[in-house]
Amino acid sequence: MPDDKPLTGNMRSDGVALDLKAYERAGGYEGLRKALGGMTPAAVIEEVKDSNLRGRGGAGFPTGLKWSFIPDKAPHPRYVVANGDEMEPGTFKDRILVELDPHQLVEGMILAGYATGADIGYAFLRGEYTVGAERVARAIAEAYEAGYLGKDILHSGYSFEIYLHLSAGRYMCGEETGLLNALEGKRANPRAKPPFPPASGLFGKPTTINNVETLCNVPHIIRNGAGWYRGLSRSKDGGTKIYGASGKVKRPGLWELPMGTTIREIIEEHAGGMRDGLQLRGLLPGGASTDFLTGEHLDAPMDFAGVQSVGSRLGTGTMIILDDKTCPVGMVSNLEHFFSQESCGWCTPCWSGLGWAERILRAMEEGRGKPGDLEKLAFQARFWAPGHTFCALAPGAAEPLQSALKHFRADFERHIDEKRCPWK
Amino acid sequence: MATVHVDNQRYEMDDKQNLLQACLQLKMDLPYFCWHPAMGSVGACRQCAVKQFKDESDQHGKIVMACMTPVTEGARISIQDAEAVEFRAAVIEGLMINHPHDCPVCDEGGECHLQDMTVMTGHNYRRYAFEKRTFRNQNLGPFLNHEMNRCIQCYRCVRFYREYAGGNDLNAFALRNIVFFGRDKDGVLENEFAGNLVEVCPTGVFTDKTLKQHYTRKWDLQMAPSVCVHCAVGCNITAAERYGMLRRLVNRYNGEVNGYFLCDRGRFGYEFVNSQRRIRKPLRHGQPVGLEDARAGLRKLAAGGAIGIGSPRASLESNFALRSLVGADYFFAGIPGREAALLKLMLEILGNGPAPAASLREIEHSDAVLVLGEDVTNVAPRMALSLRQAVRQQPMEIAERLRIPLWMDHAVREAVQDEKGPLFIAAASATRLDDVAAATFRGAPDDIARLGFAVAQALDPAAPGPEDLPGQTRELAARIAAALKGAKRPLIVSGPSLGSAAIIQAAANVAWALAGAHLAFTAAEANSMGLAMMEAPALDAAQAATAETAIIVENDLYRRLPAAEVDQLLARFGHVVVLDHLENATTAKAELLIPAATFAEGEGTLMSSEGRLQRFFAALSPTEPVEPSWRLLGGWNTLDEIIRALAEAMPQLAAVREAAPAASFRMEAAKIPRQPHRYSGRTSMLANISVHEPKPPQDADSPLSFSMEGNPKQPPGALQPFFWTPGWNSYQAVNKFQEEIAGRLEAGDPGVPMFASGGGGHAFFNAIPAAFEARAGEWLLAPLFHIYGSEELSREAPAVAELGPQPYVALNPEDAAQFGDEVELMGQRFRVSRIAELPRGVAGIPAGVPPFAGLELPAWSKIQPIQ
Repeated sequence: MPDDKPLTGNMRSDGVALDLKAYERAGGYEGLRKALGGMTPAAVIEEVKDSNLRGRGGAGFPTGLKWSFIPDKAPHPRYVVANGDEMEPGTFKDRILVELDPHQLVEGMILAGYATGADIGYAFLRGEYTVGAERVARAIAEAYEAGYLGKDILHSGYSFEIYLHLSAGRYMCGEETGLLNALEGKRANPRAKPPFPPASGLFGKPTTINNVETLCNVPHIIRNGAGWYRGLSRSKDGGTKIYGASGKVKRPGLWELPMGTTIREIIEEHAGGMRDGLQLRGLLPGGASTDFLTGEHLDAPMDFAGVQSVGSRLGTGTMIILDDKTCPVGMVSNLEHFFSQESCGWCTPCWSGLGWAERILRAMEEGRGKPGDLEKLAFQARFWAPGHTFCALAPGAAEPLQSALKHFRADFERHIDEKRCPWK
Repeated sequence: MATVHVDNQRYEMDDKQNLLQACLQLKMDLPYFCWHPAMGSVGACRQCAVKQFKDESDQHGKIVMACMTPVTEGARISIQDAEAVEFRAAVIEGLMINHPHDCPVCDEGGECHLQDMTVMTGHNYRRYAFEKRTFRNQNLGPFLNHEMNRCIQCYRCVRFYREYAGGNDLNAFALRNIVFFGRDKDGVLENEFAGNLVEVCPTGVFTDKTLKQHYTRKWDLQMAPSVCVHCAVGCNITAAERYGMLRRLVNRYNGEVNGYFLCDRGRFGYEFVNSQRRIRKPLRHGQPVGLEDARAGLRKLAAGGAIGIGSPRASLESNFALRSLVGADYFFAGIPGREAALLKLMLEILGNGPAPAASLREIEHSDAVLVLGEDVTNVAPRMALSLRQAVRQQPMEIAERLRIPLWMDHAVREAVQDEKGPLFIAAASATRLDDVAAATFRGAPDDIARLGFAVAQALDPAAPGPEDLPGQTRELAARIAAALKGAKRPLIVSGPSLGSAAIIQAAANVAWALAGAHLAFTAAEANSMGLAMMEAPALDAAQAATAETAIIVENDLYRRLPAAEVDQLLARFGHVVVLDHLENATTAKAELLIPAATFAEGEGTLMSSEGRLQRFFAALSPTEPVEPSWRLLGGWNTLDEIIRALAEAMPQLAAVREAAPAASFRMEAAKIPRQPHRYSGRTSMLANISVHEPKPPQDADSPLSFSMEGNPKQPPGALQPFFWTPGWNSYQAVNKFQEEIAGRLEAGDPGVPMFASGGGGHAFFNAIPAAFEARAGEWLLAPLFHIYGSEELSREAPAVAELGPQPYVALNPEDAAQFGDEVELMGQRFRVSRIAELPRGVAGIPAGVPPFAGLELPAWSKIQPIQ
């Protein structure tokens, strides 16, 4: 295994998933053996805390700290949920993890389970990830057969079951408490927090929810140690990150790179720069629900603090790039259409405001923009601020909108003044 | 308590509440939609946003939802803060984007919470310039109109219907701004409490379909505080009139009884008042006569020697007036002996036993319940809604352990999941509460009683128990006993529905074997308990009475006894005088028939099954010749006079005087107006008859006026016709009249509970029946109750009648195997209904449904195949 790419270094280039044997050959389940062979759950949590691993689903919450929220005396059954409902536009990193190295996820879940004293794990995958689902299902079966799952794992006395669940298909299922409701067979509406899932989660029981990529890091941290993991990074946040780029770059794709690699390096070296004849106009650094950055921000390191310092969020670390021949209003219109369509319909600013903003943007694109529209859009973006809404969907939707209004204001105004989309 | 600063004013707030509830309790105006005082907070609508500041020096603060924020010591919030004001206006603007603004043609207009909140936030200018979303509406049955375009997605309807009332055929479909609240297809809403959506919905999505047929704006209604007459629970209602017609009923908050909710029989049964079959004129031998003529005839016949037959659906006053007219020795309770004995037994248990009677509030807060022999949903419907909340009491401790505030409704439900507290139901067949029961027991009445006796003995070895109980039943009894014993507030529910004294005695034994248990009895009719308190001999005794005349008040005897027996009884008298509201088999026998006021046209006092004395008042202005029976029967000019006489003659009912203030009561020297101050058309509504404005009718019987004049301040609870306060035109105004939200009315919850404290000691009952044994060729006919159909008066309301059952004979499928689809019973053919939950050897027939209405049940009868 190339030491600097623990997550993807072993993946085959022919698209075939690593089976149990291949995974074990690459050091798979050594982390689990090490943990069950002598580490206490507290020691596992300590190691993960020490590694500075932060959640890869978008919010960046420190993983070890999250695990420590499950109190020792919490009731059973306790659950671990892998959030693989990867529906953030522009984001496809978890997909390769479940399709090409599914045992990594299984081992990560078992370790999370051991650390939090959990009894049952659910791997919750996006409904469209049928290939990944098949491969995760096979990996789970292999893990049961090899004694990594089920009763008395590796004769340690620890037992853990994993079930695979395919989402019925809503963005809201990726919001961790919406996911819990979906797993319970209810509308995938988010839940009020507090109480947080460690206190009252799936079926009302203590629950730990981690992103797929987050969990995939855990076997390597346990196997190789927190110090090694921190060393992989160029920043305070530990480890590597699967970065991605989509849009009109020469080589869209995914690359596992040290945490803190700059935006410029990702776009110019790994994605090959912009396609010929196109200039970079802006980018969403971490999926659709992050603020636009522009050319002046390219030297920002892609880690949690680095992206924040230039006014956006690392999010999922998979960027969408806007070029100078694509209409920014059209792009924002598309994004807001997505968010509006995916609103669960629970809180007013979201279900009502997103629908309104979507219509204003569409009208603008169709040449029906009116003076005052920008003020209405700005008002809506403020209306969807964190704390105003029930969950993070609408605040996420506000980020590309408010930043586009700032960075591309002239383009919006041209739509209104010229009564058409200048790109069409 | 905690000290909280609101807009720099210091207040004391209850730290077990959220900020919204606490602010409302302090009578502040803070708009909301999704929060409901009985259902708590879910944070959906975002309407109650306020600004919260960290401390005195925090100048920025942050927007929080008051309903989702606990009251904490030292909290500083602002309702007036500019950002909060702007945010709340934005929420309303968002809600109004798709709203059709069809207030002029909307039934909710004038009592619409959405209107009130829109005005309160100051949103008025429309900025949204796109098309509105529209829906296809559904036919939801005879009670509710559905107009989804008005929906603001507050989710109250599904929360009430599914989570509070246990229904499952109304749901939220789709998402974003097109969430549809309805059924998967058109059809009658199945839940017995669906009508509450009229008040739960903050706008005009769910409105009263019966009102629509004779629609009147709330502000044009003449309203009176009243009490539901369709069962014995005694729910408080507001009855509303215009142009001499009863237009609708709405809930009238009583913190101890119905709280915020009614059942659909109670809400929609009122149309019997407007029935074409009302008796509007006195008739002698079928010919109209004047009222004075009729009354003179009545007096003359009474003077010539008469017996009086009272009624459990007539007021205490009307029964007493009859008793006074004919003399106590000639006054008979108009119910059969068995029912009279059961009522007497219940009074004895409540009056002299140690267990107090439970109010609905106490039922709701019970944490372990045994229902013995009652199908509560179909006999005392509103009580079933309370029992459905009671099963949440024990599991709520899970939420408390997790330190989730109990008002945080969804968080509590997510933590509790499907955990249910102990509710055990022993009944003759399936009941509508079985879905939340920990265990159910089906048996013939005697077997239900035996289970009860066994539970009592398991609790207290001094209580007698059955010797030869099957092992499984004994185990169940032990399980029930353990659950009741482990509870803090155990409750036993029972009643006379299965005609079994043993069941009632067993229930009493269980309650008495437990420390601190409450009893809740059902009874058949609105004043069954009050009539029983008068200690008159039963109808059977009238069969031996000798007199020239029988005077029957508000009672269709053909619903009490088999027709042949009634014919025989009436044939004994030279003259039959009947006072009643509606034509029925008994009025058909009357030589002299005098129209009697319904609850909507007169006043009187009823005693609920809880033992609560409650007064109802006329909503309709007096319209000759329809008068309350007590006045027709003579001797008293005013209600107060007869109440005084009643209290003196019957010390056991002396508390009747306290059910409501006397007619002389004044609010700062003024009467209490039945009409809102915006009542319109006063000078013109009768102009087609006379251009002179008529003088408002005088009401000598109550402190209420038949006009808009009077003191609009909050009157005593028993006298409050409606809830209104400036800016709060919908029913939600009730917040402003409560001591604490969802608690007691500031001016006192109406009614005088007679059995709230429990009596002294009482020996255990020890007459344990033998086990039920099925017979060959014969079945024990047992009544199966129907919320729509079993009760006499609501059967005359078209909407209710539409949902009532056709007569049938229900059998266990194994018993039914020998028959085809029809059987012969009492010489008639009936459809066979196969009910697996029915014990073998027992046949269920629909209670109160002709031709079974006059049967005394249970009774053995042959059932034969169709020849």
